[in-house]
Amino acid sequence: MALDQSFVGRTYPPTAPYEVGREKIREFAEAVGETNPAYTDPEAAKAFGHPDVIAPPTFVFSITFRAAGQVVQDPQLGLDYSRVVHGDQKFAYTRPVRAGDRLTVTSTIEGIKSLAGNDILDIRGEVHDEAGEHVVTAWTKLVARAAEEA
Amino acid sequence: MTANIAYDDVEVGTELPARTFPVTRATLVRYAGASGDFNPIHWNEKFAKEVGLPDVIAHGMFTMAEAIRVVTDWTGDPGAVVEYGVRFTKPVVVPNDDQGALIEVSGKVAAKLDDNTVRVDLTAMSGGQKVLGMSRAVVRLA
Repeated sequence: MALDQSFVGRTYPPTAPYEVGREKIREFAEAVGETNPAYTDPEAAKAFGHPDVIAPPTFVFSITFRAAGQVVQDPQLGLDYSRVVHGDQKFAYTRPVRAGDRLTVTSTIEGIKSLAGNDILDIRGEVHDEAGEHVVTAWTKLVARAAEEA
Repeated sequence: MTANIAYDDVEVGTELPARTFPVTRATLVRYAGASGDFNPIHWNEKFAKEVGLPDVIAHGMFTMAEAIRVVTDWTGDPGAVVEYGVRFTKPVVVPNDDQGALIEVSGKVAAKLDDNTVRVDLTAMSGGQKVLGMSRAVVRLA
């Protein structure tokens, strides 16, 4: 069943702060095979002009996707999450995420479309630091594939 | 934010050094733990096949994380990335053997933009198929 268009524009309350740790960044960098010292060595990060180690560009997705859970699990919206696949992902950075950041995410439903029985949901996550400064915006497109006819 | 590549040294069409990234089941388990995405389609063959996939597939976000390395290894400073977006067009199928799969990534400068930034268009292939579409990054050069 097509999702309710009236949810377009709905913004969910900001998440509790996520504190970014150096060792979590190291774990993520090692998991993707990264060897850039800016991720693990504070001195190397400083040589690039950063105050501490920075996270790989896609690291923030774990935080924004958890925040998007507010949307995809909203019982009023009624998305069938078992049929959801990740369609598109985009980030726009004001600055890189770095160790010591306490990040909150505010999720907004930007679009709902129904195409050939598939529900397509666009969610924007605005990520801010503890000082309220913008860090990165994440756009996530989720596609709930049409259920087979019974 | 200091990139090792100068804006003035780059032309439209400049090719970035291509890279090949291996991915095995062990890689996926490790990525699941680091990212917190424990969807069983990324580690449980039985589950993956039940939902209509050919086999276990890599996390799209893993592929996205590998592809941008062509850009960050080129510029030096990963913090120089201003924008990055992809479309997940085909899954990267990861068989349960010693080889796993390979993700082959190439990139070239598609446009020179304002403020010392360039747009890099990336191509990511696995098993002879394009696995990312519209894969683009904007990066600030020196």
